[in-house]
Amino acid sequence: MIAQQLINGLVSGAVYALFALGFTLVFGVQKLLNLAHGGVFMAGAFIAYYAVVSGVPFWAAAILGTLGAGLISVLIEIVAFRPLRARGQAEFAAIVASIGVDLILVSIAQRVSDTKVLKFPFGTFPIEFYRFWGLRISLLQIMILAIVAVLLAALVFYLKKTTFGRQVRAVAINEKAAALLGVNAKAVYFQTFFISGALAGIAGVLIGLSFNSIQFLMGEPYMLRAFVVVVIGGLGSIPGAVFASLMLGVMQTLSVAYLPNGVSEMIIFALLFVVLLFWPNGLFGGAGLSAGVGRR
Amino acid sequence: MKLSVRGLAASYDGIKALRGVDIDVGDAEMVALIGANGAGKSTLLNSLSGFVRQRSGEIRFEGQDIGRLDPHAISRRGLLHVPEGRQMLSDMTVLENLQVGVLARGNRTSAWDERKVFDLFPVLEERKDLAAATLSGGQQQMLAIGRALMGGPRLLLLDEPSLGLSPLITDQVFEVLETLNREGLAILLVEQNAQRALAATSRAYVMERGTIVAQGPSAELASNASVIEHYLGG
Repeated sequence: MIAQQLINGLVSGAVYALFALGFTLVFGVQKLLNLAHGGVFMAGAFIAYYAVVSGVPFWAAAILGTLGAGLISVLIEIVAFRPLRARGQAEFAAIVASIGVDLILVSIAQRVSDTKVLKFPFGTFPIEFYRFWGLRISLLQIMILAIVAVLLAALVFYLKKTTFGRQVRAVAINEKAAALLGVNAKAVYFQTFFISGALAGIAGVLIGLSFNSIQFLMGEPYMLRAFVVVVIGGLGSIPGAVFASLMLGVMQTLSVAYLPNGVSEMIIFALLFVVLLFWPNGLFGGAGLSAGVGRR
Repeated sequence: MKLSVRGLAASYDGIKALRGVDIDVGDAEMVALIGANGAGKSTLLNSLSGFVRQRSGEIRFEGQDIGRLDPHAISRRGLLHVPEGRQMLSDMTVLENLQVGVLARGNRTSAWDERKVFDLFPVLEERKDLAAATLSGGQQQMLAIGRALMGGPRLLLLDEPSLGLSPLITDQVFEVLETLNREGLAILLVEQNAQRALAATSRAYVMERGTIVAQGPSAELASNASVIEHYLGG
């Protein structure tokens, strides 16, 4: 049933969007690639898992995972990115530094989990299904769609309508002009890293719950897909990231359901190739243009 | 005294751009700083607004040492720098550019708002919903000044406001600056167009190779033989 596959695809695409938004936000503001984003995502899931097994209710554990991932992300900005920026040659160095940070996070998680796959205890989240028009959707899927929709709306509102959002966009466009007008760029970096990490953290919790599997390497495939998503959507573009995430989710689900095993990745990367060939700046502009975030 | 700079020396890209500069700007004074390209005028303004880290010397703004403050903190005290090249937030609208300007107000109160800026530059109101990048050079200069006014300036630093503007637009911009000064705003004006700058100001400094080589009432400098020879085209 193709409609059922579409729903499943949109749900997984929505989670890709959460992950990719944080990644593209940091790029849009700082013009730096944070390759530790997958590690932050994994850390969010780990924090929530250990909170649940030590008796914290799931909703509180999910919030802990989200905030914890946000704080880790801020820590990465302070320890790895800011010193590089001060020396003024951050672009390449930041890629290497963030790979290093990712290795640290992954190694800590490997040690903590003893290389095992962790599962939330049975009954952490109620397993309930709703049926309508012959389709089946779980309570978890509904919750995921709702969370993503709310967070996305909040992010867009924040960037477009609040004073702080204007500051973020000002720094993204022209850091010197922003500082001359009284914008504290350091505070803007702090907040964008926090938001970016928190979005990755909640994505980690939701993925850990959907597949009921949390392990230290879980960030890697998502990092790779986020790359595809932000390149197709246009680096730094928020609507681009959301559109490409949903498309990726749907395509993946459909090809897993109807095509031979293993074709799904082939299709995705072939698509990436075609997009780069004809739209080198992605479908929604992005890196090639002067500004990054919240432009449209 | 609004601004008082003593013995300011600074390097920029490894070159000694300032070698002991002393300047003052009085409370409601409009002062010009003229000099050839590369004399260090822009470096001086960038040192005052915190972008070039002070190497030695003293910068006092309203009596307080601001030499160690970050650029945004300096702006928030009301020392606002309208940079060379105008530095638009190009993808934001005219109105959004003005709204960002409000931040520099910090906890201070100011009589400036969008209304007053639009009264001063009516053309900005006509274009308020367009991206700043679509404005002409003259309109961008007006927006750069308007944006600084939104922050409630107590001293305005202007770097080459007439650069690339037609004589007619230059007249308009200078007229606005003189009006602002008459209303009590202190202004330090850096200009290549020395004739204009000397005509608009009451006092002026002449800069050469990183130091002040002449100073005095603008009218006197305008009739000084050496100044005429070097800066007013003989």
